[in-house]
Amino acid sequence: MSDTFYDLMRRQGISRRSFLKFCSLTAASLGLGEAGAQQIAKAMETKPRTPVIWIEGLECTCCSESFIRSAHPLVKDVVLSMLSLDYHMTLSAAAGEQLRANAHETIAKHKGNYILAVEGNPPLGEDGNYCIYYGKPFVDVLREYAKDAMAIVSWGSCASWGCVQAAKPNPTRATPVHKVITDKPIIKVPGCPPIAEVMTGVVTYILTFGRLPELDVQGRPKMFYGQRVHDKCYRRPHFDAGQFVERFDDEGARKGYCLYKVGCKGPTTYNACSATRWNEGLSFPIQSGHGCIGCSEDDFWDKGSFYDHLTTIRAPGLSNLGVEGTAERIGLTALGVAGAALAAHAAVSAVRQASSRGRNDRVSDVEK
Amino acid sequence: MKVNRVSGRVLQGPYEPVYVYEAPVRFWHWAMMLCMIVLGVTGYLIARPLPAIGGEATFSYFFANVRMIHFIAAMLFAVLFAVRLVWAIVGNRHARSIFLPPLWSFEWWSGLFHQAAYYLFLRKAPHHWVGHNPLAQLAMFVMFVLGTFVIVFTGLSLFSEQFGWGSGWMNAFGWVNVLLGGSQMVRTVHQLAMWWLALFALVHVYMVFREDIMSGETVISTMINGVRMFKREPR
Ligand code: HEM
Ligand code: SF4
Ligand code: SF4
Repeated sequence: MSDTFYDLMRRQGISRRSFLKFCSLTAASLGLGEAGAQQIAKAMETKPRTPVIWIEGLECTCCSESFIRSAHPLVKDVVLSMLSLDYHMTLSAAAGEQLRANAHETIAKHKGNYILAVEGNPPLGEDGNYCIYYGKPFVDVLREYAKDAMAIVSWGSCASWGCVQAAKPNPTRATPVHKVITDKPIIKVPGCPPIAEVMTGVVTYILTFGRLPELDVQGRPKMFYGQRVHDKCYRRPHFDAGQFVERFDDEGARKGYCLYKVGCKGPTTYNACSATRWNEGLSFPIQSGHGCIGCSEDDFWDKGSFYDHLTTIRAPGLSNLGVEGTAERIGLTALGVAGAALAAHAAVSAVRQASSRGRNDRVSDVEK
Repeated sequence: MKVNRVSGRVLQGPYEPVYVYEAPVRFWHWAMMLCMIVLGVTGYLIARPLPAIGGEATFSYFFANVRMIHFIAAMLFAVLFAVRLVWAIVGNRHARSIFLPPLWSFEWWSGLFHQAAYYLFLRKAPHHWVGHNPLAQLAMFVMFVLGTFVIVFTGLSLFSEQFGWGSGWMNAFGWVNVLLGGSQMVRTVHQLAMWWLALFALVHVYMVFREDIMSGETVISTMINGVRMFKREPR
């Protein structure tokens, strides 16, 4: 109980030098600077550590997969060892009843002090029976574990927004965490999956400071989701110049032009991909020549084509008939119909005017 | 001349010229028109950029300039609209008409149906009106005023995004993003609003010319000198 992170790390065989390196690396990735590194070191040496319980609902485990590929091995080892000590279905050494006992012990011992990390989301349809956890609907487990948590981390677009399992028509009624748990601070870390460094950064921040990082109005950490992919994209000079890829096999694609015209959603997507990149900073989708598909945005499966920068409009109630269109098609059609109607109206008006003049019953044209 | 105060319908002659549009409204009208043309053209170019220009990106800033022109015209447009809202309060009776159609007035509704029937060739002659006829007033409100509100707020929200969440701009206009369910939807609605306003402009221009030629009142010159003249005696 009185363990600090520092004690834990030393027990894991991590030297003081490595520990300080970890502190400055973390401070840098969080944008905290020199003073931040010292703050982190101090907090880790003195504060009792905060346990994390990681549960998985309706999900594909891509968040966990991303998490264990964090770029800085030290961060990964440290954070992972802290986590797996408590509870993670996929990553813990223990299994079955023993693992569950661990979770309950942690909850009992650290009431109000542990972090509940949720990967995936609870389906509410059929009384929650689409996702069973230890013989119970996952939604009940979520409520039970959330009750005494200090805060909840919603991993990925599933927990944050709903993601693919909540895409229309959402047969299982998959529901994001914040719509089920309403009385706890929740931090959303969207993305499908979220970037590894973003995940470890968020966890480290909460663990060291014992509070959530600064969030935007929708509950995402500002430091990683404050800006759009477009704002830091290295292809941005081509955007500003007006140099666009028209097709994926054209000259512009070879030259690395901006992908806006083939539907890049970077201008409407809040994520750190263009700044942090993926796989130890190796690359990210746009760098590999494909536009951003907006995986960290709410509802990104239901917005129409991944190759159009706008949302496809579906006539309400008519979506089963396939009545849908782009804003441009709708606009041009409306203008065309209106133009034809006005032309007809003009023709009838002219005929009327002429015939009434012929019958000579027109109102006197005296100027007043 | 006798005029209904609420609907603006001319009840009895002899007809006299009426000062309808004060100078600020007239100036505003033509300035808005210019802004809208610039915004429509640059906006469409943003949605559907021209084919790529070759050469090094270092030497071209074409697309950024198109956006810059859009933003400058947009700011002017937004300010003009805001000022016009103020003028609706301090200006004359007609300055209010497109913002506050008197939906509570029976006389107004009956005028609206009469006017609609006239345009569907079910009635021989229109009534005479000092300001906008009720149908025009409603169309102005629904198509122009509401459309402009939507395009200005979605536009300002899109503009704010470059400053990031937590910036003053996003604090002021980020709610549009949250309300519509994400930035992509804001963009989509922004473009739909453009088509909505284009539809308005098309109908507006047609009606203005038609009325100028066929109705008993001056229309185009009214937006130039502010005075509504009546060309015929009432029946
Ligand atoms: C008559 C008024 C306006 C029209 C017709 C218009 C039209 C458009 C169109 C068609 C687009 C492209 C949307 C797309 O990508 O499909 C656009 C983009 C945009 N408009 Fe407007 N707009 C108008 C007013 C405004 C206003 C008042 C603002 C406020 C600042 C604004 C700011 C923007 C911004 C920021 C973008 C996105 C540009 C980018 O990120 O590249 N617009 N506009
Ligand atoms: S590739 Fe996408 S994110 Fe990058 S500049 Fe172009 S539109 Fe923006
Ligand atoms: S570039 Fe876009 S789609 Fe790809 S991971 Fe980043 S946010 Fe998701």
